[in-house]
Amino acid sequence: MISLEINGKKYEVDVDSDVPLLWVIREHLKLTGTKFGCGVGMCGSCTVHVDGKAQRSCITQIGSVEGKKITTIEGLPEDHPVKKAWIAEQVPQCGYCQPGQIMQAAALLTENPNPTDKQVVEAMSGNLCRCGTYPYIKQAIKRAAKEGKKV
Amino acid sequence: MKTEISRREFLKTTLAGAGLTIAATMTPFGSRLLSAQDVKKGLFNPNVWIRITPDNIVTIVVNKSEMGQGVLTSLPMISADELDADWKQIRFEEAPGGKKYIDPNWGMQLTGGSTSVRHMFEPLRKGSAAAREMLRTAAAQTWGVPVNECAASKNTVRHTKSGKSLTYGQLCEKASQLPVPENPPLKDESQYKIIGTSLPRLDVPDKVSGKAIFGIDSFVPDMLYATIARPPAIGAKIISYDKEAAEKIPGVQKVGPTDHSIAVCATAPDLAWKGRDALKAKWDSGSHPELNNETLERTFLDSLKKEGAVALNRGNAQNALSQAGKKIEAIYVFPYLAHVTMEPMNCTAHVSENRCDIWVPTQNQSGTLEVAQKLTGLKPEQIHVHTTYLGGGFGRRGFVDYVEEALQISKATGKPIKLIWTREEDIQNDLYRPAYYCKVEGGMDAKGRITAWSHKIAVQSIFEQFAPQMIKNGIDPAAVDGIAEMEYEIPNLFVEYVKMDLPVRVGFWRSVGNTQNAFVKETFIDVLAHAANRDPLEFRLNHLKNPSARRVLQVAAEKAGWGKPSQKGQARGIAHHFSFGTQVADVAEISVNKKDGTVKVHRVVCAVSCGTIINPNIIVAQMKGAIIMGLSAALKEKVDFGKGGVETSNFYNYNELRINEVPEIDVHLVKSKDAIGGIGEPGLPPIAPAVANALFKATGATLRRLPMTPQTVMEAMKKV
Repeated sequence: MISLEINGKKYEVDVDSDVPLLWVIREHLKLTGTKFGCGVGMCGSCTVHVDGKAQRSCITQIGSVEGKKITTIEGLPEDHPVKKAWIAEQVPQCGYCQPGQIMQAAALLTENPNPTDKQVVEAMSGNLCRCGTYPYIKQAIKRAAKEGKKV
Repeated sequence: MKTEISRREFLKTTLAGAGLTIAATMTPFGSRLLSAQDVKKGLFNPNVWIRITPDNIVTIVVNKSEMGQGVLTSLPMISADELDADWKQIRFEEAPGGKKYIDPNWGMQLTGGSTSVRHMFEPLRKGSAAAREMLRTAAAQTWGVPVNECAASKNTVRHTKSGKSLTYGQLCEKASQLPVPENPPLKDESQYKIIGTSLPRLDVPDKVSGKAIFGIDSFVPDMLYATIARPPAIGAKIISYDKEAAEKIPGVQKVGPTDHSIAVCATAPDLAWKGRDALKAKWDSGSHPELNNETLERTFLDSLKKEGAVALNRGNAQNALSQAGKKIEAIYVFPYLAHVTMEPMNCTAHVSENRCDIWVPTQNQSGTLEVAQKLTGLKPEQIHVHTTYLGGGFGRRGFVDYVEEALQISKATGKPIKLIWTREEDIQNDLYRPAYYCKVEGGMDAKGRITAWSHKIAVQSIFEQFAPQMIKNGIDPAAVDGIAEMEYEIPNLFVEYVKMDLPVRVGFWRSVGNTQNAFVKETFIDVLAHAANRDPLEFRLNHLKNPSARRVLQVAAEKAGWGKPSQKGQARGIAHHFSFGTQVADVAEISVNKKDGTVKVHRVVCAVSCGTIINPNIIVAQMKGAIIMGLSAALKEKVDFGKGGVETSNFYNYNELRINEVPEIDVHLVKSKDAIGGIGEPGLPPIAPAVANALFKATGATLRRLPMTPQTVMEAMKKV
């Protein structure tokens, strides 16, 4: 049994310690907002927060996150500036990569509430979007940074 | 998202008098509208559903798949406007698979070809206008006043003289008892209130919260996760595999052969993959062990020497070429490309004795139903196709190969199964945008007018597999997309098609043949313009009569500052293409690192003209997205072949453009009275040639091999 804390809730899961966190979140716990994209940490669709930092859950072994605080897209509050900005800027098209994009952006703004354009694209360059919503992602992060300052 | 309204549910609702439902059916005589009473008689194959219920909610059932292009918003907008609905009261439902949801133009339930709005505009408006008229009549009868004194607006009918009003929710029961008008009046464009506005997308909130359900998010009680051990080379047969070793992996429950491979089913996806690895499957070298990048190239180049089928023969191109004052010849080379939807192929299926359920992110419900009928032997009414959100489509999800696999495995195991392809399987088992080789010759007279153009295309046929009836006189329409009907006024035009027979699977990839043909056409035009000593914009306009084509070129040029000096070290290129009923022109501003061949795209200005505009913001988003996907293909993407199979496997060797490489993009919507055009695809073709033309301007190098990697750019520059 492995004990996990996800979105403030405690879970016990009966899996080997080398199972990727992604599959436990999605298929065991049915928190399906976190997506499978590549399995090798190169597309960012599976991004979650581990102790507040963005991490690729597809290459994170479940045993390595015991006792840590995990947040998925479902656990990011609906009034989070990044989520609000994503709606205001109408970022998603197909939407599949967006939970990963949002989690990556939220972690960036936690670390650096006022990133430059260069810092934004550096932080987001590990997250792929086949629909090409990148210009909207940049706009939304700018908006969220601005809104975040008001809070 | 509620994904199903069954016929029984529908009838129950109707019989209980719970609301007004309008269905429209296409007959050989046009659209005929049917009321609930007709529906009960089972007279129809409806393609449009509008449901109004006493809670004053209007539900639009959308028969097209949402893959990012915005149909779950644009199609309801069309209905809501004609219905005079209150947008806040509008809900959507994704239609399940079923004959009654077919696209009336196609006779199939299929999303593709940038046709959703084009095909559904008329039927949705007619159905919605009929509902509006019935609601007005119901109000008039309730009040005992003439119908023409009753005005509909925002889910309410108001008696203009007395000011009395009733909501659609209050009127729907009475309205449902009325006869359906055959030819309800449709709004004039000037009366649109919703069409033409940038309403927020209805699917965005769920896509931001993480609640949106994609195919891969489907769950069925007791289901197993399936994976497939696949041959590394095309046509390879299994030599040996260790079934027992796989079965020993805890959680692995079923292991068995499918048609050409071995399926492993387990209680979790990671366990299924462990089981697959434990198989240690050994394969022979396949049906084409000699297949690799080099042998493919030789085969294509040899084929360009052959005669092909004639797609178009206007005037006498050969004659005109021999008499031309200036003659230019070029060979173009395009690689195979993968779709790489962010959601890998997947399908959840449950085949039992009397029923089959399929949860699938598909562009092709008709194809899904067909393959399920074939494999299960069940009747259409026993097969339930649940359309989920699609994590990207781009043409890939018009094919049903992964559906077929899921059904076979569920049938063989008797269990509900979720089949998830890994990214490696997804890239290595795609139906690729075909490799394309082309030889083009152009001739001009002394005045700088194009007199002749000869265009020979060597490419595999897509339609041969998918819809062979589309091939006429040996011509696959996808191969010659955008070239046989090119808009430049050229008196002698010859278009020839050499069909390639190769074992690589090919399919529709966003914009299809237009992507390659537009590149050849638009870069070759620049070379001709240069030879004629003309500005590329002026040269294009000299050969173009179509006012909308001219207009998008002029708007893009003007907004980009065409003719004014570029920033230091930068150059501009322009390109235009008409596809899917829509005119698009791009100006790209780039710089080139002449030492290493790296191309940087700084800014793209796009002008688009698509006739009636439903939602400007969605159009702009589709243009930007298509430009980025087109740039990615132009600069980075390529599938490599070796040892008889596909060598490219994941994002570490299938390169895509990332956010740090995305230019600033400005999109300008150009109004026109043209017929309504498509939006999902036409933004893609002009961007690659616009970049190549800017490169030509900057360096004199003619880039004729894609992608424009630093290496190919260096090679092109060396030839100058």
